[in-house]
Amino acid sequence: MREHLILRVVTKVLLPFIILFGLYVQFHGDFGPGGGFQAGVIIAAGCILYGIVFGLDMLRRAIPPGVVTFLVAIGLTIYAGTGFATMMLGGYFLDYQVLAHDPVHGHHYGILIVELGVGITVSAAMLTIFYNFAGRGEPDGP
Amino acid sequence: MLLILLVITALTIVRMRSILAVIMLSGIYSLLMASIFLVLDAVDVAFTEAAVGAGVTTVLGLVALSLTEDREKPPTHKPFIAIMVVVITGVMLLFATQDMPDIGDPNAPIHQHVAPRYISETPVKIGIPNFVTSILADYRGYDTLGEVAVIFTAGIGVMLLLGRRRKRRPGDQE
Repeated sequence: MREHLILRVVTKVLLPFIILFGLYVQFHGDFGPGGGFQAGVIIAAGCILYGIVFGLDMLRRAIPPGVVTFLVAIGLTIYAGTGFATMMLGGYFLDYQVLAHDPVHGHHYGILIVELGVGITVSAAMLTIFYNFAGRGEPDGP
Repeated sequence: MLLILLVITALTIVRMRSILAVIMLSGIYSLLMASIFLVLDAVDVAFTEAAVGAGVTTVLGLVALSLTEDREKPPTHKPFIAIMVVVITGVMLLFATQDMPDIGDPNAPIHQHVAPRYISETPVKIGIPNFVTSILADYRGYDTLGEVAVIFTAGIGVMLLLGRRRKRRPGDQE
């Protein structure tokens, strides 16, 4: 789709807003609708849009597949690690109230950290799936 | 009205043979479903359905379509048994809905079990205004951990199934 000038310009203009909206949904999920799942999908969709319009190689240069693979595991590690961290601090698994002196703040921090892990894993997993499907169609394989 | 559109879309999807059209109609189906969730005041679910169902699933379907052909093969057998099973199950489900409480009935069992505790405790114990997030990430933290593990497994599974050709590509022996 390299020859579609309008698509390319519109994509370039829209992309920062898509990513920004994703981050808003990610970190505002405790006050409004949204959270890690939705934010991860929105950010992944923005990256996939870039990959479709500008070509897979440009997307690979912007976000290397190796990093994405790494992030899939990092997100889950953040989530499970929060659980183990609360155990280290003397609570139960995923018992957030030990994360801060004030139990209410502890719950809040716990939710934010866990949602961050969810968002990272979801967006990275979606991108991994896209990379593998799209890379398969190339003449010399992924 | 939305439900009628939903049924029409579903029937069209079943009748279609062109996979491209089916993927597009599935996106429309998800968007209609998201509108229904919105009408039912389930904003978070509607958001997820719109983002995942109408957005990413459609794109991934199109990408997967580029690896295969656009036409579905005509079925080789007549699906009488399948239709029988579907009809019987549907009749049983319709029969079962007779016993269900009305939509929005505050005395329904589902609103009496743990929901009152979640609603009354969330502002005090967790201090965030969105109940859905507090239930998802705090009260039901284990379940969400499981969901993230499922997505992790999906990503890793696709990678292992489709992404292994690079190493064995030039001059491979097998």
